[in-house]
Amino acid sequence: MNLGVGSVVKNMSGASCSVSWKSNDNNQFPAGLRVLVVDDDPTCLRILEKMLRNCHYEVTKSNRAEIALSLLRENRNGFDIVISDVHMPDMDGFKLLEHVGLEMDLPVIMMSADDSKDVVMKGVTHGACDYLIKPVRIEALKNIWQHVIRKKKHEWKDKDFDQSATAEEGDRQQKPSEDVDYSSSANEGGNWKSSKRRKEEEDETEERDDSSSLKKPRVVWSVELHQQFVQAVNQLGIDKAVPKKILELMNVPGLTRENVASHLQKYRLYLRRLSGVSQHPSGLNNSFMGHPEATYGMSSFNGLELQALAATGQLPAQSLATLQAAALGRSATKGATLSMPLVDQRNIFSFENPKLRFPEGQQQLNNSNKQINLLHGIPTTMEPKQLADLHQSSQSFGAMNMQGNSRVQQNNALLMHMPQQQPSRAQMLNETNNGSQVSRPPLTMSQQSLSSNGIPGALLSRSGGIVANVRGPVHSPVSQASPIVDFSLNQNTELQNNSFPLVRSNSGMSTMTSKRMLQEEVNSDIKRSRGFPSGYNMFDELHQQKSQDWGLSGVGSTFDAITGTLDVSPSMLVQQGISSMKRNGQNGSSPISNAFSSSREESGNVNPMGGNFLTVKAEQLPDASYQNNFFPDQFGQDDLMSALLKQQESVGPVESEFGFDGYALDNLPV
Amino acid sequence: MEIVGKLQNRFMEFMRSLYREGFLDDQFLQLQKLQDESNPDFVVEVVSLFFEDSEKLLNNLAMALQQQVVDYKQVDAHVHQFKGSSSSIGAQRVKNACVAFRNFCEEKNLEGCMQCLQHAKHEYFLVKNKLETLFRLEQQILAAGGTVPVLS
Repeated sequence: MNLGVGSVVKNMSGASCSVSWKSNDNNQFPAGLRVLVVDDDPTCLRILEKMLRNCHYEVTKSNRAEIALSLLRENRNGFDIVISDVHMPDMDGFKLLEHVGLEMDLPVIMMSADDSKDVVMKGVTHGACDYLIKPVRIEALKNIWQHVIRKKKHEWKDKDFDQSATAEEGDRQQKPSEDVDYSSSANEGGNWKSSKRRKEEEDETEERDDSSSLKKPRVVWSVELHQQFVQAVNQLGIDKAVPKKILELMNVPGLTRENVASHLQKYRLYLRRLSGVSQHPSGLNNSFMGHPEATYGMSSFNGLELQALAATGQLPAQSLATLQAAALGRSATKGATLSMPLVDQRNIFSFENPKLRFPEGQQQLNNSNKQINLLHGIPTTMEPKQLADLHQSSQSFGAMNMQGNSRVQQNNALLMHMPQQQPSRAQMLNETNNGSQVSRPPLTMSQQSLSSNGIPGALLSRSGGIVANVRGPVHSPVSQASPIVDFSLNQNTELQNNSFPLVRSNSGMSTMTSKRMLQEEVNSDIKRSRGFPSGYNMFDELHQQKSQDWGLSGVGSTFDAITGTLDVSPSMLVQQGISSMKRNGQNGSSPISNAFSSSREESGNVNPMGGNFLTVKAEQLPDASYQNNFFPDQFGQDDLMSALLKQQESVGPVESEFGFDGYALDNLPV
Repeated sequence: MEIVGKLQNRFMEFMRSLYREGFLDDQFLQLQKLQDESNPDFVVEVVSLFFEDSEKLLNNLAMALQQQVVDYKQVDAHVHQFKGSSSSIGAQRVKNACVAFRNFCEEKNLEGCMQCLQHAKHEYFLVKNKLETLFRLEQQILAAGGTVPVLS
């Protein structure tokens, strides 16, 4: 079969696998389509596999959603489409769907023996591109390639709207040339050639070294852009916000209605998740609860949350920008990564305002940017008081105690700011996979107050955790995480640079790392926590900001807690931080790193901070999320933060383990 | 050969009766169509997976219904799974039993659920028996040097 074809196809062009698949000989199309099928029922799984093989697709099967996710993360461009059962014991199919959509942006088909309307509707709302009722017939599988083409077309369209729109238009007129038996594919079948052609043209002009997951440039939802978007949405009212009106209100030249529509969709998903998450009680367990959502939320949210956080003054602008950048830049990882940070946040922040995600105290944040505005826009789902809390937290930033809440808030703020730097972000995102330093959006620590203040604690811990997890591209995750952490620890400057130095032990280290990452973003002088022997130092520095009381002391404890309890991610994170730090040339303090390394080993599979990390964590440790380890307090915005963090992380390493590519705000789950 | 011919006829007749009596439905035919030279034992393989999985599910169901406090959600999850796998191989009567079963789960009707479990079990063993007979006939045909006819 077409395993041979598939592999040939892959080698053919060198371009992204998906592209190469498309470049396949027309006659063979859609042979070689790489399908990942997930079903806990061995009978169905075997049958599907055989059917798909008979359709000449390349099939990989898995009976566990987590395994499937890690497969996807490890092979970012290794699959074209995912088919998943709805009811699975280890993970809800819809969660998997969200993760895939956010992180990898692959089309996902849901299937179930359940054909009740509400389940099918759930599939639709979660973004499934199709829903098959079992028993699945081979005819239904024959046409699944249409979803791949359709998605690529849309992405291609959505990407940089500066792209030759004319070429697009021209091709679109082509009539279907393929003879499609099944109505569902009739529409797309004919256009696949044209879209393929178009895409190939586009690809030539597009940067090849774009995020690994997607070859097509996409609209980069910068912090500012996102802010404008949120403002427009709020102005219209979330219920009445339609893409056309939003577009008009935003008044951004070159932005298309489609760009806005897809962003809106993600935003909506994000909000939905937030509202679901915000109900979770504080506490570690909750972190996970909201986690899946948070994750999603984060991912999709990226910009939003980051900004919100930033706005609240909790996070330095940079961090938010960084986060956002991470989110935005990341083509593949959508938001999933963010979830991690949030999760962490939860733990970290057991603080006072766990829920504060978007504090109203934007002013603080705002120093540098209009992110604050974003906050306003964002919290449609957030409770106002949360925001207020967040705001306050930022105030007490200086304290840097890693108190759970404050920290979280901080982180949030940081996270929010992260995405400021879009351009650098995008780069970073791209690099994430490479694990090279996280070009990911360093936490823009434009806001002095933000950075160190609330977040440091949280960030630190978070990054620690996150970093630790990131095995692969150490840097990347760290950068992601560190920014957040950094902020908290290093005070503005510090934080800005570093990706999120989760304080934990990494604080010193992560700070450094993140610093590196954030360099571009760092407006202030971020003091590298070089030689930060322990996270605590970072906290001191962070103290400058007054965010909430982050209780650095808390951090320390967290750290302990983390190392103690963390068997996974936290250590990983730390590890990451450490690694990154080392990478940065600082070999400072490594007592922590040692600790982390060892813990890292244990964690083994913990996903790196990167997007994967977060995402994975969410799933794997629903309750165990490292957050718990770190900060027993609840995580008010944990989800948000985790998502943010994740995003950050994902930006970094992404690679293999975490498969996180980087965040693209575009991926904001809406 | 005559023997082969006879065996083949017996096989076809048996197969038709299975469809006629509702033991198997079109999905089973789909499975047979999927079988090819690269996977000559595909149907047997899938059906074996089904048997294994089903027996586990039936045990789980029995245990779940014997609990002091019955977790109907869990019971429903098992039934749903059983429904999915039985429909995938075309075991129509088993699938129908599962549909009824799910209704009782929703109503949290223990008595109804117990009865449905018995019914599902019964149908399962019936179809298992039938399929094993079918495979035996196939083996006989192959042993006699013939090819297994394909029902259209």
